[in-house]
Amino acid sequence: MNVTELTIEGVQKGLIAKEFSAVELTENALLNVAKQEPSLHAFLTITKELAMAAAKATDERIAKGEKLLPLSGIPCSLKDAILVEEVRCTAGSRMLDNYIAPYDAFVTEKIKEAGAVIIGKTNMDEFGMGASTENSSFGATKNPHNLERVPGGSSGGSAASVAAGEVILSLGEDTGGSIRQPASFCGVVGLKPTYGAVSRAGIIALASSLDQVGPFARTTKDAQILFETISKRDLRDATSVDIKKKKKEVGVKELRIGVPKEYFGKGLDSGVSKLIKDTIGKFESAGAKIVEIELPHTQYALAAYYILNTSEASANLARYDGIRYGFHQEASDLLGEYLSSRSEGFGPEVKRRIMLGTYALSEGYYDAYYVKAQKIRSLLKQDFESAFNKVDVIMGPTSPVLPFLLGEKTSNPLKMYLVDTYTVPLNLVGLPGISLVAGKIDNLPVGLQVIAPSFEEDLLFSIGKTLESLQ
Amino acid sequence: MIDKEQVMRIAKLARLELKEEEIAKYQQDLSEILDYFDTLKKVSANDVEPMIHSATQENIVRDDVGRKENPVIISRMMRLVFSIKDGFVKVKTILTSK
Repeated sequence: MNVTELTIEGVQKGLIAKEFSAVELTENALLNVAKQEPSLHAFLTITKELAMAAAKATDERIAKGEKLLPLSGIPCSLKDAILVEEVRCTAGSRMLDNYIAPYDAFVTEKIKEAGAVIIGKTNMDEFGMGASTENSSFGATKNPHNLERVPGGSSGGSAASVAAGEVILSLGEDTGGSIRQPASFCGVVGLKPTYGAVSRAGIIALASSLDQVGPFARTTKDAQILFETISKRDLRDATSVDIKKKKKEVGVKELRIGVPKEYFGKGLDSGVSKLIKDTIGKFESAGAKIVEIELPHTQYALAAYYILNTSEASANLARYDGIRYGFHQEASDLLGEYLSSRSEGFGPEVKRRIMLGTYALSEGYYDAYYVKAQKIRSLLKQDFESAFNKVDVIMGPTSPVLPFLLGEKTSNPLKMYLVDTYTVPLNLVGLPGISLVAGKIDNLPVGLQVIAPSFEEDLLFSIGKTLESLQ
Repeated sequence: MIDKEQVMRIAKLARLELKEEEIAKYQQDLSEILDYFDTLKKVSANDVEPMIHSATQENIVRDDVGRKENPVIISRMMRLVFSIKDGFVKVKTILTSK
C-alpha cells in the first residue's frame, strides 16, 4: 500500500476491501514523507494531526458502511499559498514565517468536505515569484528525478510531492505557468483551469487577474476528480463563475489539433522539440488532424505578462506593512517600521518585482508599460480566438527547456523569466491548459501542454486519458 | 539604463529601503528587464482596446445588509497583530514635530 503506486481509485478499492485502513495508509504516507524530505524538501509544514483526524473519519465512515466521498482517505498536499485553518501559511516568504491562517481557503474547504487527508503544505518560490522554487526563503526543493536539478516552480513542492509519491494529489496555483511548468519538470499531470473556474478566496495573491488554483496528480483521471471537487461557484470571489458545461465530446478521430509555429521557434531545446512533435504524432496516428496555426503575438506575451504581473504584485504586496501581520521590525516611527519590515521580510526577487511594478505604474510610464501590456493582451486574445475557429485544441511544449541545474539561472532574473514563454499567454487571456507527461530525455521528464477554449477542461481531460492510453 | 537616483526613487515609492550593494544590483537588473519590456514598442496598438481582465463580466450583487464576521476569525486575526491596545491596532508615531 505504498502511496507511490496508487491512484484515487486504487486507494478507495483497497479501503473498501479492507486491505488497509485509512489510518494505516496515512501513517505509511507520513513515514514515507519523513524518509524522503531530508533529500527532497518538498514540504514546509507537515500537518500530522489534521491528516490523522481525516483518516480516522474515513475509517469510521467505512465501519458504518457509508459510501466514500470523492477524496476519502486520499493523501494530499497544498501549496503554501493556500490557507488551511490554524496552520502556518508562509507563501515561501520570511515575511509570513509566523503567519497562522485564520480560516480555510475555499478550495481547502472543498477538499476537506470531500474527505481528503491533508499531509502538509508545500514549498514554493516566494509569493509565487519564480520558476524553480529557488526563490523560497526556506531553501529550494529538489527534482525527484534528479536531485541536482530544480523541480520547476513556483509550485515546485507540490509537483515534487506528487512525483515522489509522498502524496497522491496536490493543489497548486498558477499565475504564469506555476502549475504546468513544475508538472512538466516532475513528470506529473498539472492543470491551470480557466480563469474564474476555481475561487481564489483564501489564496495569498500574487497577480489577481492572472492567479488560478489547480490540481496536480499522477494520472489525468485523478487530476479531473480533484478539479471537479474544487471548481464550484463561490460568492467570496467576484470572478468565480458557475461553470456551464459545454458538453463538447470530441473523439480523437474528429479532433483537430493546432500546432503553432511560434511554439517551436528560437530558444526551444531540440530534444524537447522532437519529443513533443513525436507525441503530437501519436495523436495523428490515432486519427486526429494536425493543423499548423499562427499565434502571431506570442513573441510579445512574455514582456506583457511581466509588466502586468509586477504591476499587480506591487499593489497586492503593499498590504505587507509589518503592522497587522507578518514580519515586524522595530523602528522609531511608522514609516521606519514599514521600510525596515518590508526590506527585511521580502527576498530579492520579490523586491525586484515590486520595484518593476511600481515603476511601470508610476506617472509618465503608465501608458507606455501597463496600458500597452493590456493592449497586447487583447491582441493575444484575438490570436487564440481565430485559432479556435480552426481547431479544437492547441498543443506544444510546456517548457522550452529540460529541468535545469540548481543555481543555473539564479544570477540572471531575465533568463529565469524566459522559461515561462509558452505558459504565460494562457494566464493573460484566461484559457485553460494542462501539462501531460510526454516522455523523458536522459531520465528528465518532458511535458506536453494542451490548450482548450475557456471552460472546456473536460476536453483536456479526455485528451489526457487518450495520451495515457497511447503511451 | 536607469540611474541610481531612479532606483532609489522607485524604492521609496515602493516603501523599500535598499543597501548600497542592492542599489547597484537592482540598477543593472531593472535596466535589463525594462529594456526587454521595450520590445513592446515594436507593436503598434493605438486602436486596440486594453484588456483589463479575462473574467466573465457578470455583476454579483447581494442585499445591502451588514455582515458580521465570525468572532473566532476576528480573534485569530487579532492574534497576528504585532501591537494591540484596548482592542485596537497600535502603531508608532506617524508625524513627528521636527
